Amino acid sequence: MRFSALALARSALSFHDNWPQLWRSPEPKRRYDVLVIGGGGHGLATAYYLAKEHGIGNVAVIEKGWLGGGNTGRNTTVVRSNYFYPESARLYELSLRLYEELSGELGFNIMLSQRGILTLAHSSHQLEMLARWLNAMQLNGIDGELLDPPAVRRWLPLLNDSAAARYPLKGAVLQRRGGVARHDAVAWGYARAADGLGVDIVQNCEVVGFLRAGDRIVGVDTTRGRILGDKVALAVAGHSSVLCAKAGFRLPVTSYALQAFVTEPVKPVLACVAVSMATGTYVSQSDKGELVVGGGLDLYPSYAQRGNLPTLQEVVAGLLELFPAFGRLRMLRQWAGVVDVVHDSSPIIDHAPVQGMYLNCGWGTGGFKAIPAGGLVFAHLIATDRPHPAAEAFTLRRFATGALIDEGAAAGISH
Amino acid sequence: MLRIPCPWCGPRDEPEFRWGGEVPVLRPGPPEAVCAAAWAEYLFMRENPKGWVRERWVHACGCRQWFVVIRNTVTHEIRATAPLGEPLPEIGP
Ligand SMILES: Cc1cc2nc3c(=O)[nH]c(=O)nc-3n(C[C@H](O)[C@H](O)[C@H](O)COP(=O)(O)OP(=O)(O)OC[C@H]3O[C@@H](n4cnc5c(N)ncnc54)[C@H](O)[C@@H]3O)c2cc1C
Ligand SMILES: [Zn+2]
Repeated sequence: MRFSALALARSALSFHDNWPQLWRSPEPKRRYDVLVIGGGGHGLATAYYLAKEHGIGNVAVIEKGWLGGGNTGRNTTVVRSNYFYPESARLYELSLRLYEELSGELGFNIMLSQRGILTLAHSSHQLEMLARWLNAMQLNGIDGELLDPPAVRRWLPLLNDSAAARYPLKGAVLQRRGGVARHDAVAWGYARAADGLGVDIVQNCEVVGFLRAGDRIVGVDTTRGRILGDKVALAVAGHSSVLCAKAGFRLPVTSYALQAFVTEPVKPVLACVAVSMATGTYVSQSDKGELVVGGGLDLYPSYAQRGNLPTLQEVVAGLLELFPAFGRLRMLRQWAGVVDVVHDSSPIIDHAPVQGMYLNCGWGTGGFKAIPAGGLVFAHLIATDRPHPAAEAFTLRRFATGALIDEGAAAGISH
Repeated sequence: MLRIPCPWCGPRDEPEFRWGGEVPVLRPGPPEAVCAAAWAEYLFMRENPKGWVRERWVHACGCRQWFVVIRNTVTHEIRATAPLGEPLPEIGP
C-alpha cells in the first residue's frame, strides 16, 4: 500500500488496526539469482537496486538478527558529502543526492533534515586545515562555507567560546546540505520497497559457511539450512573478516566498537550538527529532543557491541568543554556497533578474490550517509560484473597498488 | 575498562596502554624479491578474529615496554600476557 494523508485518514476510522505488514517473512527458497548477506542499510539498498535498476528480483537478503539491527540501527545518522578526495566526493555526493529524493522514491518518510553540519576549529592550525579542506570541497563541486567566530556563535549560541575556554573558537566549515536522517526508516523503507519488488527478506538466519563448486562459491550454509545463489554478495560490516575467513581469504579490515549515547530529551537547544576537530566529539539533537552524541573508536579491536568506559568518558569530557550547559543533562542510553575499519577510511566495493562472491565493506565509522550510493553501485557491480563509474577507485587491489584514498588523514574526522 | 597485567608493572587500567596489532605479522624479504601483493599482505591484511587473538601492546604511560597479550575480542577477557619472545599458552577455542 502507498502511504499518504488519505491512507492515514482511512486507517484512523479503524483505529489504526489494519495497517499491513511492511514486508513478508518468507521461508527461504532453495535457490536465488543473488544472495545478499547482511540486512543492514547497504544489503537492503543493494537488493532494492538489483530489482529496480537491473530487473533481478529473485534475490534474498539473509540477516542473522533483525533487519537494521547492526550498525544501521546504531548510528548517529549524520549525512554529508564534504569529503576531501574527488573519488570520495563523487560517491558521497551521489549518496546525498539520492537521499534528497529518497522519501519520495520509497514512499516512506526517511525524515531527512538538512539542518547543516559545522566542523569547528579550535587553533589556527586547525583553521588552516579546514580552509584547505574547504578548497578541496569547492574544487569537487561540493557546497561549503568558512564561518568566522561571530557567524559560528549565531549557529551555536551555547558553545563555550570564552577566552578561557579549553578549546577556543577559531572558525568553522559549514555544509548546509549536511544533516541527519532517520536510520530505522532508511532500513525499513528500503526493505519495504525491495519486498514490493519480490525480494525475500529472511531474518534470524545466520550464514555459517559457503558452498563451493570447484573454485566458485555457489551458495551458503545457514542456521535455517542450505541456500543456493548464483552470486553471493557480502554486506556484513564489522563481520566481514569472519565471513571472508570462511571463504578462505583475508581482508584489510579491523573491527572496532564505536559508541554513541543520547541524553534525556529537552526543548530545542541545538539547530545543526556540530563536530569538533580537537575532541572528535560530535552532537546533534533528535526530533524527540535527545542530544545524540558520538566520538572516536574504542582503543582496541572488538566484536562486543557495548563499548568501554574510557572512550565514553573522553567523548563526554569533549562535549562538556564545548557545551558546559549540557553537563546538567542525564545520559539516557549508551550503545556500540562493530565497525569495519580500513587503513584509508574508504570503502571496498569489489569482486572478492574467490569467484561468485562480491564485497561491500570498509565503511567503518561513516557508512550510513553512503547507504543509497553503496546499494546502487554494489547492485551495479553484482549485475554487470563491472564497477559503477562512481566506485571505480574503491577496489580491494588498491592496497597492493598503493592507490589509497586516505580520507582519515585528509578530512581529519571519522564520521 | 580493561585491567591489563603488564609483565613488569602488574595490573593497570587500559588508558595507560596502546594496542599494537595482532601477531604474528612477519616481514617478508629480501625487499627486492617481494611483490606488491606480498607487501599488501604484510602491511594491510589481517585475521581480525572474532574470539581469541594474540596481539602486541605497549605500556605507553608506564614502563614503555612492549609485550604480548592473549585476549578475547568478544568478552574482552585477558588470558595471559608475557614479554616478547617468551612462551605463552596456545590459544584454544
Ligand atoms: C555508534 C555509531 C555511530 C555511527 N555514526 C554514523 C554517522 O553519523 N553517519 C554515518 O554515515 N555513519 C555512521 N556510522 C557508520 C554506519 O552505521 C555504518 O557504516 C553503516 O550502517 C553500515 O551499514 P551496513 O549495512 O554495511 O552494516 P550493518 O548495518 O551493520 O549491517 C550488517 C548486517 O550484517 C549482519 N550479519 C553479520 N554477520 C552475518 C552472518 N554471518 N549472516 C547473516 N547476517 C550477518 C548483521 O547482523 C548486520 O545486521 C556509525 C556507526 C556506529 C556504530
Ligand atoms: Zn609496565
